Order: sequence, then structure tokens, then C-alpha cells
Amino acid sequence: MDTHTLSDQAQSSLDGARMTGAEMVINALREQGVDTMFGYPGGAVLPIYDALYSEPSIQHILVRHEQGAGHAAEGYARSTGKCGVALATSGPGATNMVTPIADAMMDSIPMVVITGQVPTHLIGTDAFQECDTVGITRCCAKHNYLVTDVNDLARTLHEAFLIATSGRPGPVVIDIPKDVQFATGTYIGKQGVNKPTYQPKTEPSEHAIRDALDMMATARRPVFYTGGGVINSGTEASKLLRELQAATGFPVTSTLMGLGAFPASHEDWLGMVGMHGAYEANNAMHDCDLMICVGARFDDRVTGKISAFSPGSRKIHIDIDPSSINKIIRVDVPIIADCKAALQALLDGWKARRLPAPDLSDWKAQIAKWRAVDCFAYPENDGAIRPQYAVERLYELTKDRDTYISTEVGQHQMWAAQHYHFEEPNRWMTSGGLGTMGYGLPAAVGIQAAHRDSVVIDIAGEASVQMVMQEVSTAVQHKLPIKVFILNNEWMGMVRQWQELLHGERYSHSYSESLPDFVKLAEAYGAHGIRCDDPAELDAKIMEMIDHDGPVIFDCMVEKAENCLPMIPSGAPHNQMILGRIAGDEIDEAGRKMV
Amino acid sequence: MTREPIPASAYDMDHAEEVEERRTLAVLVDNEPGVLGRVVGLFSARGYNIESLTVAEVDRGKHRSRITIVTTGTAHMLEQIEAQLLRLVPVAAVIDITKSKRGVERELALVKVAGQGDPRVEALRIAEIFRARVIDTTNESFIFEITGASEKIDQFCELMEPLGLVEVSRTGVLSIRRGKDAG
Repeated sequence: MDTHTLSDQAQSSLDGARMTGAEMVINALREQGVDTMFGYPGGAVLPIYDALYSEPSIQHILVRHEQGAGHAAEGYARSTGKCGVALATSGPGATNMVTPIADAMMDSIPMVVITGQVPTHLIGTDAFQECDTVGITRCCAKHNYLVTDVNDLARTLHEAFLIATSGRPGPVVIDIPKDVQFATGTYIGKQGVNKPTYQPKTEPSEHAIRDALDMMATARRPVFYTGGGVINSGTEASKLLRELQAATGFPVTSTLMGLGAFPASHEDWLGMVGMHGAYEANNAMHDCDLMICVGARFDDRVTGKISAFSPGSRKIHIDIDPSSINKIIRVDVPIIADCKAALQALLDGWKARRLPAPDLSDWKAQIAKWRAVDCFAYPENDGAIRPQYAVERLYELTKDRDTYISTEVGQHQMWAAQHYHFEEPNRWMTSGGLGTMGYGLPAAVGIQAAHRDSVVIDIAGEASVQMVMQEVSTAVQHKLPIKVFILNNEWMGMVRQWQELLHGERYSHSYSESLPDFVKLAEAYGAHGIRCDDPAELDAKIMEMIDHDGPVIFDCMVEKAENCLPMIPSGAPHNQMILGRIAGDEIDEAGRKMV
Repeated sequence: MTREPIPASAYDMDHAEEVEERRTLAVLVDNEPGVLGRVVGLFSARGYNIESLTVAEVDRGKHRSRITIVTTGTAHMLEQIEAQLLRLVPVAAVIDITKSKRGVERELALVKVAGQGDPRVEALRIAEIFRARVIDTTNESFIFEITGASEKIDQFCELMEPLGLVEVSRTGVLSIRRGKDAG
């Protein structure tokens, strides 16, 4: 975590100082290096807001709904590698924050959420705006606290940052009753905090590394299967992944969450793995003889049919969380460690053995054949704009800029993952595990708050984005020039696609009869609106969006019935992807029951 | 180059046929508010079984509590239960008492039996055989205190059933490992 020496000195002098609980919150945030937070005031957090009023070093972004604050904190965290911070009041403020907390838990995003609570003597009386915040968030946060004594508050705050950012990162909730915010107590600095029972293992064991290197040395059809853990481990981990790949020549695929850890322009990049991943990536996963999983967790969107998942391979699994090992897929060599430490050990070991880069020519020739299928090809624009074309043009026109991409959830998200390409980590923010529609717009707010001069684009669907539309107002207030690029097909596209595929084209409640005029809506918010329905005008209008100095809602009207392909149908193995068209009978009875 | 002797892929193992085993786990936790809720919530959220659960503070100075859980599951599930428990921040250690084969397990029960005449005498006689103590008596009832393995208590209750068993209160299983070392 970045902190300045000066502020460190200033803060350490506070150790032992007397102050109110609300002041402790602000001082602990400063000591933890927090420069930005996202929140919404209310009765039970007024003392903290009062302390924030005269605090110049923390930028507070006022959202329009607490869910927005949570997702913005996630976007901030994922784009900076730092801990996101969100602040909400008791009761509805806390319950509105539950979705981002669960989202951060699933995607292992470091986040500290501070909620106000009714005064301690009113807890349990069904007081106004009371809810059992620690009870509600217990199962969807990495850890949570209800602080009932002001003298515990500073330690709890520091401990929360430690837990949120170390081991497998995740959200930590601190619920602070209003009387504790007012009470005076003794502040302690972050140096005084340790948690003996919480000691995540980060260094790999030597024998696991040795076994892994033995397998790597003899592999003929190896593949790196990388995930969000590489991103979470820091930019150094991505660098080491690239070095290890260069030394070994092994091809690389990644989960949705891990995009950017390995450059998409590299000749050994296979594209994304999984349900809507690349044909070459999925076939390589299926046919490989050695799978090296780095910071991924064999999610069901990746594995497809478990019993047919990569049947002929040995598997190495690097994960910082021991519970991820053997959870879904049995592996041969578990390496419980931080990705960075494990990759470093593998790289050092590979070099020390002076192993020659293995001859993978047959394997790469096979991969080239799969690649030649050109699985992401799509039909020419036929009057209307193809959504894939829209993402492709957006990529071409922004790739040479300092760009960050977030998404909502659905077809547009998969098209973005397929057709927008990433060279660096922390550039791609999406809701992978929980699949939260409405993530992308507030996440873009958070990203832009951290990177004021960068191009921040939320690739959105018209259905998802309406769940959080109000956050455009946040962007306008705080002069955050986010670009909301809506692929508007008037359908909940992924729902429609599944209804076509699984439910005999009975499109039950997946069409939005009444959509807002997004251009007028943008203008109503004080943002800029652009509409485009002509492929010939797309480039010019995208440039207009990028060049506009302020938030933009771009209503990109696209082909309505386009399906997101290729696709591994539910219950099918990796080597049985649907490529061109959906025939309607691709999924068997067992598959229909899956999500 | 000679190939290292590497085990064949564990992927070939078939887990579907695995039998369920019963395990006793001792979970050492920081005694902070809500910690029992976290442990119990984990079991219900992930679909694990709890057959019995006991909890009490065992080290006041260190604020350490010991939760003893009897659970059933396949070997794979039991491995996950242990790993998932260790993911909880206040969990300091998980000890698999059953797997260690050096564990001692005991349960305590209070058993109320009401009756007069022969059944009453018979109840008292059986209690003696089971080394159960009488801790309360009226002209028409006894309360027995019995300690032992869960199976012994099951058996005792079964025998008391026709003799006027009224009510049973059990602690659930407690466990500890043999030998001089802790944990």
C-alpha cells in the first residue's frame, strides 16, 4: 500500500492520542493510505461525515445509491491494486451494500465497507433504520465486525485493512454504532495490530515446486490456465507469468477475471477459456497433457462438464486459498501460495535446471489448426450494427490510449471479453463470480476517480445499465468523464439467448417494451448523449465520445437477435463447442437443468 | 532424460462411489461475538451436515473457545469442510479427532425416567450397570447422569424407553487427543 513517509510520521504521532470514534475512522483511513472513498450519508453515519467535512486528504465520491458506492470501490480497487473503501448508513444503507459485498467476495476484491449502526443501547429493539448488518453480511464477506467499544475501533479498522488486502483478498465490513462514533477513546496506529490466528500462507513449499517442475519439463501439450489471482497478486505476478511463459514457450489461456495478465497480442495467447471462450483455448484445455492453473478456481463456467474436463492431463494448481484445491477438480500438484511467489519459484527453478525450451511444435501446430477455425468470426453488418463489430471498432479506436474497460453482465460482457483485447493487468473490470448486472457503470465511476486522465469505458447492455443508471449523476457531479457504451438490442440478450436455446424460443419477459431515450436521458443528467445505428457512422461517433470532455451515454443500436457464440452448452465438454449457429437441440436433459 | 515417477492423474479416481464417513472435528476459535454463527452458517451455506455441536470457552486469558462438531461426508467433502473452516478469520486450528485415531470422545446426558414398582427397580439396576448416577429422585421418577461414548448413551436411552423414559438432554460430543501434547 502506498503511503508517504511524511504522513506515516504524522500518523504515528497519533498513537495513543485521545479522539472520537468518528475521528478514529478518518485517521485510520489516512494511515492506511486511503485517498478516495465512495459513500452516501445517513443518520447513523453523520458523525463520520462530520469528521470527513474538514478532511482535505480524502476524496469522497457521493453516489446516488449505496450499491453504486460498493461497486465503485470495487472498480477503484481492481484498477489500482489498492483497497477500495465504501461508507453507508445503517439499515437500508447497509442492505443496499450487500450486492457489492457479495460481488467482491466472489471475485476476491479487497474492500473495506464501513456502515453506521443505531446506538448500542437500541440494538435489537427494531429501531429506526436498524438491521442486523453483521448477521446479513456474515456469509458474504470475508470478515465483519460490530464495534461496541470505541477503544476497539482503531485496532478493528487496521485489522480490517489487513484482512481485506492479504491472503485471498475480499470484503470486510465494520459496523459502527452511532454512540461509538461520538464516544472518545484511545487511537492506536496500524503498527500495533496483529492477528495471530490469521496467517495466510504465501510462500510455496519446495517439494511442490519440484514436482511441478518435473511435470513441466516433460510436458508435450502444456497450457497455462491463469485467473484473477494473478491480477490480485499485483503487477509483478503478471510480469513473472510473462517471463515464465517466455522461458517455457507454453501457450496461455485465462479466465474472464484474469484477462490482461498475459498480453493478448502474444503469439502464444489462446484467448479466454470457458463457456464463451475461444475454440482454441477450450480445445487446448481439453487435450492438454499438463494444465498449470495459476490463480484460478475451476469455476463451472470454465470447466463445463466436470467428468469430461481435460481428461488426459496432469494438473498443477497454484492458489493462495487452500479451500480452492480439489474443490471442483482433483489436481496432482497443489501449490498453496501467492501467485507471485509461486511463479518466481517456478521461474527460478526452471532457470536453475537449465532446461531447454521444450519442443512443442506438434502441439502448437494443433493449436494453429484450432485457431484457423476463427471462432469469433461473425457475419458482416447487415444494415444494423453487429455488437461484435461495435466492440471491435471501440477496441481499434481506443487501444493506443490509456484505457480502462468495465462491463455489466450478459451478452455484451462476453462480446467485450472476446473482442476487446488487453495487454496489461488492472485494465479490465467485470463481475465474474456473482455476475452482477449493474456493476459496470459504478465501477467506471470508481476507476475514473482513481485515473482522472484516462479513458474509462463501461461496455454496457441497456438492461443491466438501467439497474444503476442513477450513477451518471454521480459522474456529472464529480466531473468524472466516464463513457457508457451501451450495446442496445432492446432484449435482456443473454436471457433471450438461453430462452432460444433451452425453452423453445418462448421469450418470457425478456424484452423491454419501453426503453428510455438514452440521449435525452444523458442530457437530463447533464451528460452528453450520442446515438448510432449506422455502421458507417460508428467510428466518427466513437471518436466524438472519446473526445468529449465529460460523461457520455452512447446508445449503440445493434442487431437485436444476435447470439453470443461460440458457446459450450451446459453439460457439454470443452471440445463440443457450438460455433456458428444454435440449432436448438444442442443441450440434453441434464444440461437444461444447469445454470 | 529419464522421467520422474509421477503419479498418474488423480483425475481418474472416481469419487461418486465414495462412502460417507463420520468425523469429529475440534475447532479452536477466537471467542469473539458471532463466531459460532460463522461456523454454523458455513455448514448450512455449503450443505454440510452437523450431527452434534458443542461449544464453550476453554481459555479465558486467550479468549479461545473449542467447538466440537460431529459431521458426516465423503472424504472429499470432509477435506473441504476442514479447508473452509480454516478460511474463517477467527478459526485458529481444526483438529480431526477421528482421523488422528488417538482421540477420546465423551458425551454427557441427563435422562429422566418416571415409573413405579418393577420398572422403577429395573431402571435403577440398569443405571448401575451403565455407571449412571442418580442426581434427582422423587417417588415417581429419577434423573440419571450418564457419561460415555455416544453409542453407550444411545443404548442406555433405548433400554430406558420401556421403563418410563420421559426426557433426555445431551451435551453432544466432546473430544480430546491422547498423549502429552495439546491439539
